Parts: sequence; C-alpha cells; structure tokens
Amino acid sequence: MASPLEANESMSTTTENITTGKVSGIIANLVIVQVEGPFAQNEICYIVHNGVRLMAEVIKASGGLAYVQVFESTRGLRPGSTVEFTGHMLEVSLGPGLLSRNYDGLLNNLDTMSGVFLKRGEYTDTLDAKKKWDFEPLAKPGDTVIAGDWLGEVDENGIAHRIMVPFKLEGQFTVKSIAEAGQYTTNETIAMLVDKNGEQISVTMTQRWPVKKAVKAYRNKPRPFKLLETGVRIIDTLNPIVEGGTGFIPGPFGSGKTVMQQAISKQAEADIVIMAACGERANEVVELFTEFPELDDPWTGRKLMERTTIIANTSNMPVAAREASVYSAMTIAEYYRSMGHKVLMLADSTSRWAQALREMSNRMEELPGPDAFPMDLPAIVSNFYARAGYVYLNNGKTGSITFIGTVSPAGGNLKEPVTEATKKATRCFYALSQQRADSKRYPAIDPIDSYSKYLEYPELQKTLAEAISPEWTGQVNRLKNIMIRGKEAAEQINILGDDSVSVDYHLTFWKSEIVDAVLLQQDAFDAIDARTPLQRQRYMVDLLLEIIDTPLHFDGFEEVQPFYKTIIDKLRQMNYSPHGSEAFQRYRHELMEMVTERTAVG
Amino acid sequence: METKALQRIYTKIGQITKATCTLKATDVGYEELALVDGRPAQVVKIVGDNVTLQVFSGTEGIRTNAEVVFAGKPPTLKVGDELAGRFFNAYGDPIDGGPKIEGEERDIGGPSVNPVRRKQPSELIATGIAGIDLNNSLVTGQKIPFFADPDQPFNQVMAMVALRAEADKIILGGMGLTNDDYLFFKDIFENAGALHRIISFVNTTEDPPVERLLVPDMALTAAEYFAVDKKEKVLVLLTDMTLYADALSIVSNRMDQIPSKDSMPGSLYSDLARLYEKAVQFADGGSITIIAVTTLSGGDITHAIPDNTGYITEGQLFLRRDTEIGKVIIDPFRSLSRLKQLVIGKKTREDHPQVMNAAIRLYADAANARTKLENGFDLTEYDKRTLDFAKAYSDKLLAIDVNIGTTEMLDTAWTLFAKHFSPAEVAVKKEFVEKYWK
Repeated sequence: MASPLEANESMSTTTENITTGKVSGIIANLVIVQVEGPFAQNEICYIVHNGVRLMAEVIKASGGLAYVQVFESTRGLRPGSTVEFTGHMLEVSLGPGLLSRNYDGLLNNLDTMSGVFLKRGEYTDTLDAKKKWDFEPLAKPGDTVIAGDWLGEVDENGIAHRIMVPFKLEGQFTVKSIAEAGQYTTNETIAMLVDKNGEQISVTMTQRWPVKKAVKAYRNKPRPFKLLETGVRIIDTLNPIVEGGTGFIPGPFGSGKTVMQQAISKQAEADIVIMAACGERANEVVELFTEFPELDDPWTGRKLMERTTIIANTSNMPVAAREASVYSAMTIAEYYRSMGHKVLMLADSTSRWAQALREMSNRMEELPGPDAFPMDLPAIVSNFYARAGYVYLNNGKTGSITFIGTVSPAGGNLKEPVTEATKKATRCFYALSQQRADSKRYPAIDPIDSYSKYLEYPELQKTLAEAISPEWTGQVNRLKNIMIRGKEAAEQINILGDDSVSVDYHLTFWKSEIVDAVLLQQDAFDAIDARTPLQRQRYMVDLLLEIIDTPLHFDGFEEVQPFYKTIIDKLRQMNYSPHGSEAFQRYRHELMEMVTERTAVG
Repeated sequence: METKALQRIYTKIGQITKATCTLKATDVGYEELALVDGRPAQVVKIVGDNVTLQVFSGTEGIRTNAEVVFAGKPPTLKVGDELAGRFFNAYGDPIDGGPKIEGEERDIGGPSVNPVRRKQPSELIATGIAGIDLNNSLVTGQKIPFFADPDQPFNQVMAMVALRAEADKIILGGMGLTNDDYLFFKDIFENAGALHRIISFVNTTEDPPVERLLVPDMALTAAEYFAVDKKEKVLVLLTDMTLYADALSIVSNRMDQIPSKDSMPGSLYSDLARLYEKAVQFADGGSITIIAVTTLSGGDITHAIPDNTGYITEGQLFLRRDTEIGKVIIDPFRSLSRLKQLVIGKKTREDHPQVMNAAIRLYADAANARTKLENGFDLTEYDKRTLDFAKAYSDKLLAIDVNIGTTEMLDTAWTLFAKHFSPAEVAVKKEFVEKYWK
C-alpha cells in the first residue's frame, strides 16, 4: 500500500543519509525516540512495528531524543523498534481530483481503503494517479513565472482547476516548454521551467505542501469587503459574513451548531466548500456522505458533492490526526483560493482540536494554562484563522477563503479558554443560545450578543449600498436597535406587569417580536424558507420596517398581542410561499389592510 | 498472537504507588497485560527500560520482590456463540460457574469503523414506551444515555427497553453495579426467558473500581463479534458511565496527570467517544446500538461527565417523577433523540411528527398554566383544559409503564386532543385533522 507521502520521499531524500532512530519510551500516543543524526521539529517519521509503518510527527527535540506524536494506536509497540525519519514536515498532495472526495485527517482517501475497519498503518493515495485530465495550457514558452502562477487548467466537476507553478519554488522562472492541450495524468510532466542558473524543473499537475505553513502565493490581502450570501437571514442581514471573512459558532450541545453549519455549507454562494469534521460524531459525517451526492447546489444546479471535499476525523479516530485534519483542510482551501476561487471552509468542532493539543501538552508534562490547555492556545488559534482571507493573486485575479469554525464550550460556558481565544481571532460571533433553542427559536443565534465586525467596515458598507440599497446599513442597525429595545421593554413588562406599563412598552416589545419571528427565525427544514436570497431579505426588511414605522392605535394593551400575533402569522406564511407568488401577494395584501385599519389618524 | 513471546519472570519492583508499580523490564509491548503477584495489570508507560504497570485491583500488600509475569499480549476476549446467556467479570472470565469460553481470541478496544463504510441509521427500535417511541424515537446504530439522578429507576427502565426492543443480542456492561442491581438484571432477564440472548460483563461495587475500565471494551468487543461476524442487531447497555469516568480520573490522578474541568482527565472526551462511537449501522444489516446511563449529581448537566457525553451521544433521555400522577415519566422537554428525524413519519405513520410536536406544545402550555396557578393568578378556561390534558397525557403516554405500539400511541394522542381541545387549538395540518380527529 503506497503512502501518500512516498511519491515525495523519493524526491526529498536524495540526500543519501536517512536519519533513523529507536523507540525508547511509550506513553499512550506519545513516543520517545533515541535518534542518530539530525532531525527537525515537526518532521514526519515512521515507526516500524511488526512490519506496519506508523506515521508520527516530531513535537519536541531534547538531547538526542525526539518526542513524537503517533497518528495511530500505539498498542503493542515495543522499545527498540526502528524509526525512519523522512526529512520533511507533514505534507499533502495537491492536484486535480481533490473535490467530491472523503478523506481522513491526513488526506488518505477513505473510499479506497479496504475492509470495514480502519487498519493501523494503512495509507491510501490522496489523488487518483490513473485518471486522465483534459489539460489546457494557459502559459506559453518564454513566459516569466513565479510560485502560484497559472500554467494551465483542467476541468474538475465544472470548476476551472488551475495547474500552478508549485508553491515551494522560490524566485523567478522561465517557461521552457508547456504540454499541448490533451489528456494527462496527475504525474505526467506538463511544463518545464528554467531558473536563472539554467537549471531545469519539471512540473506535473501534482504538488506537495507542508500543511502547517500558510500558502502565500498571492500579491496582497486587503480587508474583506464583499458579502458572502448564505441564505440564512440572521447572518446575511444582521451579522453578515464576507468573502475572506472569519466567524465562529459557539454553543452548548443540542443548540443546533451542526444544523447551522450544514445549512451554510449547502447554501452559501461559494465555488468550493471544504468541510473538516474534526472529532465529532461519525453518524453526522455519514449524513453528509449520504446527502451531499443527492442535493443540488442552489447556485449551479450541479450536485453539492461536486464542489465539496469532506475531511473526516471523527471522535473515535486517532486524536493526533485531529489537529492535522484542520490544517489539511486549510491547505486544500488555500490551494483552491490560489486558483481564483471563492472557498468556504467549515470546521466542526475546533474545540476537539484544542482538546487534542491539551492531551499532548499534558503527556509532555508542560506547565498548563487555564483549564489545562496549553499556554500558546490563543496564538495557535489566531494563527490558524489568519490563514483565511480575501487575496489579489499575482495575475490580478481574486480568491478568498471564508472560514467558520464551531466551538463546543464545556458546560455551555462562553468564558472558557477555547471560546475566548477564538473570539479574539475572529470577526463574526454567532452565539447559539440554550434559551432560544429551548423555546424552539431556530436558528438559535442570540440576536443581541452576536455580532459581525464587518458591518463597521466602510468597504463593506459601500458594496452593500451598491448591491442592495444605499439605506441598507442604516436599516440593519435599526433592526438591531429594535431587538435591544424590545428586550428592555419585555423586562419592564415582566417586572411591572402587563397593565402597569403604557401601551408603548407593549408595542416596542411586539415590534421586536415581528423581527424575531419573521426575520431571525428560519425553518431549516422547509424547502422555501430554508434559503432566502438576498433580494428577498431586502424585500422583507423593507416590509417589516414599513409596518413597524406605521403609527398604530390601540385602545388598551389587551388588543396588542392578538393583533401582532396575526401579523406575525401572515408574515410567516409569506416566508413559506414562493417569492412574489399569488399566495405571497395575498398575504401581503391582507397584512397591509390590517395595518391600515389600525393606523392612528392625525 | 501467533508467536507467543517466551514468558520472563521479574522479581524486582522499583516503585509502588496505590495503583501502579514500576520495574525494569525489556521487550515489553505497550498496553500488554501482566500478572503482578497474581493480580492482573496492564502496561501504561514505558520509559527506557522502566515499565509502569497499572494494577487493576490495587497494590495493597504487594512486595517489592513479588513475581511479575508479562503475558505478551494486550487484553483479549474469546468470542463465539457460546458467549450467549453467560455472565463474566471485567476480565472476561465466567462468574456464573459455567465453563470457560473456547473461541477465537480478539483484542478488546479494536480499531474504528471507516466512516464511509457506515450506513445512515434508519431502522426504528420500538420499546412500547411512548415517552421514547412517540417523542424520542430510537434508531438502530444510535448511542443515547439516560441522564438520571441516582435515586431514579434508570436500570429498571433500561432493562425494560432492552427486553422489548427486538434485538438479537443484548449485552450488559455493568460498572460499579451494586450487588442488588446485578441480581435485579439477572432475575429480570431470567424471568423474561431472554437469558439465551443476553451476555453480561459485570463489575460490582465489591470489585476494584479500576477494573471497570475494561468492562465497556469487553462488552463492545462481544457486540462487534455478533454485529459484524453474525450480522445481528445488538443492543449494548452500559451502566453507569459516570462510575466509568470516575475510574478514569482515579488512574490519571495516580499517574500525575494534570486534571481539567471537574478533576476529570483532559482526554475524557476522547475516552468516552472511543466507546460510544462503536455504535454503528452496517450496510449488511448488523448493528450496534448503545443505551447508557450517566448518573447526575443533583440534575447538573454542566458537569464534565454529562457535558462531554452530550456532545458525543445522539441525544439524551431524562426521567422525572410526575407528582400529579405519581409515576415516573420520560421528560418531554429535556429529552432528545437526534436521530428520530430519520424515522418519524417515514417508518411510522405520516402524522407522527405533527402529533408529537402538537402534544408537547400543549403540554408546555399546561406548564405555563401551572406556573400561573402557583403565582396566584387566575386561570383561563383554556388553561384549565391544558392542565386536564397534561394529566391524561402524562398518565396515558409519558409514563414509563405504558406499553403500546406507535400507531396506538398516535391514536391515543388524537383521542386526548379531541377530548380537551378544538382542532384550531391543536394546530395540526388540516389534512391530518380530517383523517385522524376522533
């Protein structure tokens, strides 16, 4: 069984001396290796146990000893076993054929593995070496190129997959020759480059990249400025995420994190979706495996799976590979961003990754930080989120990675270290509230605690004004204000009693209830309501504000609730009807009649 | 284990703590079993030629010159059809006086199922208890715990569920069971004439707590034999997982690990997930379903054990004593089965989802009415009807002594709706009202 790393090993280990070592200690998946020769921090090595090669990563070097974390079970491992170092960090193969695949955290193709159970030491190829791709050259001989420049492209599920100058190459190169249009496998040479010393480099459609390093083959990274439509109203309207933006969803169990993430992954206006299922339930991943090949992408009409890569390191798979899984996912995202695509990456849940770091730090007997997490957790988290972003490529084209992670706070407490570290690293905060989940107000994103910092960006305000309407940002801020005032009014009513406050308090409260029920709550299981296009969101916002702004007259507080309940019911029926349909217009008409009847005269 | 390493005997223990002993030994495998002065132990740490053994029954009275014999293999279980009907201890040795099992020897705690080889669970498990079948339907391949306070009858409910579920095999993993509860399980299975399809691995409160750590793996290894090799539907009962987690914390404490929340080891999530994720639906019909018990302390679900469990399992079931009817019910508000969406209205009658939601909504209205009453406000006529409905709903459907089919549960709900409400108040889709209103 060929390891995905082997192809590269033959390249990188041309240096005759391979460092080797012997196992001298074992504490769960931390193995101590007595090494003869040089080795690097984060270098990958293989422990040979009963003929099976177990992959491991160096996480500490100390006096001729390497402390390595093994990506497999260490059961039965003995001191004295041989360890072979590879000379490189954890790397993955990048090339056509990454989409519509199901990988483990190390990008082993799960579908080509044999048997029902995962076998220790079984590694499968990331890319299909036999498949031929229709290659079209984009560069021509004589062109000067640098890392990340597009040499050609192949069609991958209707998506232009650019074949790039490998990210690892440093400096300028001249294209000496390029393959003609035709069919090639990922391992055939498609271009020959020459560096300034006249040395020739052959380029195939596959390249390798160390996952823990950010791919920086772009010119610059401006502040994000374009909305990424998700069809989820509480996000798009109230707390927008942007192309190249970062966000996170913390929430206790049962508050709907996974449903939320799945809705975003299905509906978002992205070219490519990378989903990292990191330390979560296997049955949830099975749901993705089962549904995504069947469901349509609302933007292209093709199957969702065609634009998606799923990286599954479920909670029962080796813990060390959990950390690798989010880095592998981010590397694939960066690869597609460099081709000029809009990439959406989702990781569920980053807390499990942090816990994997904690387990290892504990075994290494490092001094712990809060809740026994490693001290550098906030730095690790923020470095990772910083790999997202909107970029201008060297050829002037643009690409983006929008990254949304979920966090599973212990005991639902948002003051725990992972939530706090993530809050500092991200710009959108979608707080799932147990209270809203309990009262079945879904999605259970708290409208008052949640925020999108991007709304404050003048760059975004400008594009929103152009794309939606000049008043949009002002309207959104008003809606937020209505929610806050409604909450205050509700508190007053609860303290003082229904009849001890003026009718105005009731009106303020019920106005916020309209916004809550019609705009914020959304039925993820209804075919129409599940996804609201931006223009429809704008229509509803205009309508809601019109109703809210119309001065109404009531003779007493008893009249307020029945009136608004009916209004809400009709607005909800509009949400369930196709936009502009006859039913939709009828409900609107009935609604406006009710409002007119109540309108205060004078 | 084809070639068994030559057994070497060591007689010089360098260090002894309450749960571990360390000695110099060579050619020892990680997680290998050993006997220390005749007591079972397992390798938990190797540094150079220093090998640390965790002695399951504790180290009281062990001498520094005690005999240490390595077994050359990790803990194993001999599997075969003869397991059926038998009772074992945490090491897989019979405790029912019967003969030893002669079968294929398998490592316990084996590898995980490749997620792409799993099938999406879709087969309903009928228990006859409406609090489960109607509101929180269980599905084969699911993992779900009872969250219960120690004084609640969770073992009784679990035994009832197990006996009514149409499982080919029921495997009981008892951890820290009191002797009384152990005898209860034994009796109830015997009386039901179900002994031939039951296998038990039991660690009672009389046994050393650390031994418990082997119980779930033993039970799940047996489960995998029947689900994979025999393509059977297997139901695994694990009680009490809180005591299992407590044993984990004892061990990590004695190995000087830094505790995280609630004195639990930092790896608690992974440790529990490794077990619960053994629940699986295979494509060829075999399945493992896990029903567990996590006892709570004063109903606190933010404690690390229930909290981590909640993130792993596919829902949870809460028991509550309903003082109105004097019976234990399955709490419809806090209980949740995440997989019910896969079967309700699909494998059951079309009106199931709507009836379920309508009944719970009306039950919630009753709860509000009760609060009003307690605060001294007047009740409306509607409030009074919801209270009557709630009492009947509790008694006829939520109580754990109910035993009827799902269709009958739906009909019962419709009867209650008609008795207490108008169709508009029930607010169910019109076509269902026309078809099923009593």
